[in-house]
Amino acid sequence: MAQKQSWGRYPKVETQATRVIQSVQLLDELPNLAQIEASVLPYGCGRSYGDSCLNEGGVVLDASSMKNFLNFDPATGLLRCEAGVTLAEIIEVMLPRGWFLPVSPGTKFVTVGGAIANDIHGKNHHKAGTFGCHLSRFMLLRSNGDKLLCSPTENTALFRATIGGLGLTGLILWAEFYLKPVQNAFLDVEEIRFNNLDEFFALSKASDKDYEYTVSWLDTIAAGKNLGRGVFIRGNHNQSGYLSSQTPKRKQLFTVPFDLPFSLLNRYSITAFNNSVYYSHIHKVTRKVKSYEPFFYPLDIVGRWNRFYGRDGLLQYQCVVPYDSDTVAMTEIITRIVAMGEGFLAVLKNFGDIKSPGMLSFPRPGPTLALDFPYHGSKTLRLMENLDTIVREYGGAVYPAKDARMSKQSFQSYYPNWQEFSQYIDPKFSSSFWRRVTDSPPQNEA
Amino acid sequence: MRRILIIGATSALAHEAAKLFAKDGATLFLVGRNRSKLEVVESDLKVRGATQVHAFQLDLNQLDRHQAIFDTALDAMGGLDAILVAHGTLGDQQASQDSVNIALSELSTNFMSVVSILTIAANYFEKQKNGCIAVIGSVAGDRGRQSNYVYGTAKGGLDVFLQGLRNRMAKSNVAVVTIKPGLIDTPMTAGMKKGLLMAKAEVVGRDIHAAMLKGQSTLYTPWFWRYIMTIIRYIPEPIFKRLKL
Repeated sequence: MAQKQSWGRYPKVETQATRVIQSVQLLDELPNLAQIEASVLPYGCGRSYGDSCLNEGGVVLDASSMKNFLNFDPATGLLRCEAGVTLAEIIEVMLPRGWFLPVSPGTKFVTVGGAIANDIHGKNHHKAGTFGCHLSRFMLLRSNGDKLLCSPTENTALFRATIGGLGLTGLILWAEFYLKPVQNAFLDVEEIRFNNLDEFFALSKASDKDYEYTVSWLDTIAAGKNLGRGVFIRGNHNQSGYLSSQTPKRKQLFTVPFDLPFSLLNRYSITAFNNSVYYSHIHKVTRKVKSYEPFFYPLDIVGRWNRFYGRDGLLQYQCVVPYDSDTVAMTEIITRIVAMGEGFLAVLKNFGDIKSPGMLSFPRPGPTLALDFPYHGSKTLRLMENLDTIVREYGGAVYPAKDARMSKQSFQSYYPNWQEFSQYIDPKFSSSFWRRVTDSPPQNEA
Repeated sequence: MRRILIIGATSALAHEAAKLFAKDGATLFLVGRNRSKLEVVESDLKVRGATQVHAFQLDLNQLDRHQAIFDTALDAMGGLDAILVAHGTLGDQQASQDSVNIALSELSTNFMSVVSILTIAANYFEKQKNGCIAVIGSVAGDRGRQSNYVYGTAKGGLDVFLQGLRNRMAKSNVAVVTIKPGLIDTPMTAGMKKGLLMAKAEVVGRDIHAAMLKGQSTLYTPWFWRYIMTIIRYIPEPIFKRLKL
């Protein structure tokens, strides 16, 4: 029995086997998925937090060897590559030539296949939508041996189901999407302190038009009149030609070598951190030119930072609630978290209303909050269930890529079209997540 | 290094090194056995920034084609600055013990065909008085072990051949680089258990790229294999012959 882990390292599950998928163009060597005895699930970098990238008792298809670039058209920015290519590698090859990702998540260590399967979003969601919005087509391998070209005009339903489809619709072999031109590797960044959620919403509203990237760090310790204070960060790509000759090189500071026996992130360290971030912004507004890495991928500087959370792992919680719930829903959620008395690292952003083609995509218009929780057993799970109650009540949703515990009832109310989606699942494909939030058996009958 | 001929270009190690030469903007001529694999590597290296990429399909056991392929590469690239020889098979030791033909064919692919292409390349570089010859050997060639001595024999023979060649080419300003990878996670070793010593092909590719630019004589990669093999070489034979290695 082999163990493949997710980034949160909760839950821990045994997988039957790992099959490494070699490069896709080797037609003769494409795996015969139907022959595998158990259910299968594609696995890239394992950066999903919960169990959406895990397949307990089944087989995972390791896509990390499918990492060739296939074509690039410098006239349009259209890039074709195999599904196991990481965003880090795309940046390394393309940024020196003036191209950047259309959408960047909080880490560059994810594969293109994973970016599609989770229909990832970034700080520019209000301007650019999700990763799926920039896809022109991809090739999907089904377990019956079919290779299907999926695009907005061919195999449309599978195209829509696969975007945000959690790897359940088949194995993506390669994908084609548009990069965007940039002048250089830097961003003009403004950081603005805010004292409460009303200020956050006002800032967000004022910034969405003129700033491509917006995100906020939220203090989850401060209660009372300081509730909902934080730092609003907004930025645009720097336009200076002078900087284009400079390529910032950032090396990982270190890699956490082993699981710490307990979590370093506890109420004391996080209180200190929250206070230091807030008070380091003495001035209301701070302006700077930042290289892309600390701006987009601040945590990538420490390898395997998830080990800081100790052996028990961590849980993430990311939810979105509709705009018309105003600040009420978010205030309720944040109040609940602050009341827990244990601080957590939190990020707040307003999603825009650009619709993704993905059937099961998470982003929808409204404020979204993402939090890290060190796993402390049932206490942690209870808090998250309480948050779910609020999110459900206001008609919001929770992000499957980061989930390890939401109930069936919650999932099905967040994604009311899950049954429509499930007809496009490949009968050979399954995941721990999917079995948990639906009642599907380990392997569907074909 | 602007123009590089890569033999066995679809091998994971050659491909990783080639990615870095492509990033430098080199022109590459790829030779490999499997056409569809070659096409993938070719397109990958183009996207990564190679000025030009040529690909040529050939089974390197066809020794009589070596001169022609070498000339074609020269023609296509308008000259040559370096050659990287990376083809090979990690055969099944048991099969090589059971069958004379399999043993000889292992030696043929991993030793004879390399000597053939290197002889042609060496004569060219010797005249040019400039260049780099890099060959992927193996730590398996440092001492014969029961688990893979047929493969090890080919790589060990190659090691001696390259020593002599380096000695001969020194006065002609041609670097001869012997690359000795340890256990690397590649399709070649897909059947092996992945232990602590198993290194990533990317790491080895970086080492190869750097060693070729430097003109280093012998490269153990990852670096710690130099020390592991030093110990293994110094174990006295009366003890060594009883070990299960």
